Amino acid sequence: MEVSNAASASPFPEAAEIYRLRLYVAGTTPKSVQALRNLKHICEAHLQGRYEIEMIDLLVNPQLAAGDQILAVPTLVRRLPEPIKKIIGDLSNTDRVLVGLDLRVRE
Amino acid sequence: MNTEKLVPVAPWRPGLGSDLPKAATGIRGLDEITRGGLPRGRPTLVCGGPGSGKTLLALTVLINGALSFDEPGVLMTFEENADEIAGDVASLGIDMQNLVDAKKLAIDYVRVERSEIEETGEYDLEGLFVRLDYAIRSVGAKRVVLDTIESLFSGLSNTAILRSELRRLFRWLKDQGVTAVITGERGEGMLTRQGLEEYVSDAVILLDHRVHDQVSTRRLRVVKYRGTYHGTNEYPFLINQSGISVLPVSSMALQHRAPLDRVSSGIAPLDEMLGGKGYYRGSTVLVSGTAGTGKTSLAAHFMDAACRRGERCLCFLFEESPAQLLRNMRSIGIDLEPWVDAGLLQFHADRPSRYGLEIHLVTMHQVVADFTPDVTVIDPVTNLMTVGTYADVQAMLTRMIDHLKTENITAMLTSLIPGHTTIERTETTISSLMDTWLVLGNEDVSGRHHRGLYVLKSRGMAHSNELREFAITDQGLDMRAQEGEVRDGSL
Repeated sequence: MEVSNAASASPFPEAAEIYRLRLYVAGTTPKSVQALRNLKHICEAHLQGRYEIEMIDLLVNPQLAAGDQILAVPTLVRRLPEPIKKIIGDLSNTDRVLVGLDLRVRE
Repeated sequence: MNTEKLVPVAPWRPGLGSDLPKAATGIRGLDEITRGGLPRGRPTLVCGGPGSGKTLLALTVLINGALSFDEPGVLMTFEENADEIAGDVASLGIDMQNLVDAKKLAIDYVRVERSEIEETGEYDLEGLFVRLDYAIRSVGAKRVVLDTIESLFSGLSNTAILRSELRRLFRWLKDQGVTAVITGERGEGMLTRQGLEEYVSDAVILLDHRVHDQVSTRRLRVVKYRGTYHGTNEYPFLINQSGISVLPVSSMALQHRAPLDRVSSGIAPLDEMLGGKGYYRGSTVLVSGTAGTGKTSLAAHFMDAACRRGERCLCFLFEESPAQLLRNMRSIGIDLEPWVDAGLLQFHADRPSRYGLEIHLVTMHQVVADFTPDVTVIDPVTNLMTVGTYADVQAMLTRMIDHLKTENITAMLTSLIPGHTTIERTETTISSLMDTWLVLGNEDVSGRHHRGLYVLKSRGMAHSNELREFAITDQGLDMRAQEGEVRDGSL
């Protein structure tokens, strides 16, 4: 269930924070496909070489939903760096995703 | 005169007259009002203000399901965390962790922190569905409580999505065939803040908590119950150490049995006056008189006689303490203490001002239900009148008396008449509910204190119209007719 995109991105640049991201979806839906595509796009543009994406399908692993307090799908959880951040939706608004990931200061 | 025929009573019983499949709540009274419980396999909305008891009601439905009806449950809570809820329920003597361990209950605590969440683009609440589905499957749940799902509105900002997802959720719950209770906070001009009543079309229960004259009363109303005849009144309910209990409005249809057997008043000459046999079993007797006329003594004779027959006797005291009553009655030769020791006689003393009428009523119902008396005395019933308006008191007493009659409990109510008031005016409130009405009085004539008693009415029997003089002696009430003491006229 894990799609890791980190392999191609090593070695991480020193002093740069590693982003461990988890994307919760429920089955393969247009929204989940869209979200993953948007996420990869954003990561490649802003976090190249220092991110990992773990994808969790709640239809396969429903017991994982409670742990991260998932209600909405898709939900992107930034597990690292702390603090934990959640971004819900298909991640189509790049600006808000960047704000949510603390990659851009909220205006 | 005995025109009240034996009409079969048709109180609600499981499986009787239920139009739709029901899931019993196990809450005393609520199953009667709803003729069997909540709509089985469908959602019910329970709404009310803060502290109105909606969470407790929902939890009770859930826990009773798991404990008594072999229906495991899921609690999805959006407000308190699981520990806090376990604490609340523990105060009622229920160990939630046991139920969880026994796979009879699954709890999922849903927390939505708006500050942690960024919303970007389209989403749905499938995660919530997944969690609920997972919890339901984990215990094979038949009942589900969502408390309080409206909290989502403060956690997520896209109300359009929330609304359509809630609509989908309630439909989904129906498809799952679970009996669901959804709690909602009372809103301005609406039953719930977010208008959840729009989505839950099967049953809506409204709870209310009012404080009037510093006395709090709780009321429950079934606002809507599709496909089921239900009481539309407001029903008082009580939350105490044994949980929640609702007082159903009694069968106002006057379908009481009218038993023909009689019970002694405990005073032979008085039985004589009452057609030679005493009161009808299951009837209600009012004993009224001004202060110090012997009302309580008459009641003590009645209780003593009941216990001698081996019957169970319950006595509500609203003036004296049990110890005072026992002492006073012993002084006139009636020793009730052995009956207390034998478990046949139980006292329940309370200050009238301690609660509102409703709470008194519910408490009395509960005590009656727990003790299952044959005979019940309320001394004096008039002290309850200080708690509410006449209309309220009448409504309450009607319910109480009605309940006692339904249970075939013979009741004696004493009524204190303030000096110089005419009986009829003060007591029209309740007199029509009475089967037998005894009036006591006293009069000082030429330096001697005379006590008198007459039967103002006694339905269904040929009774004496005499005014009989009596004395209170160390052998109790002495009604032996003495020369020149049977008189006509008023007291």
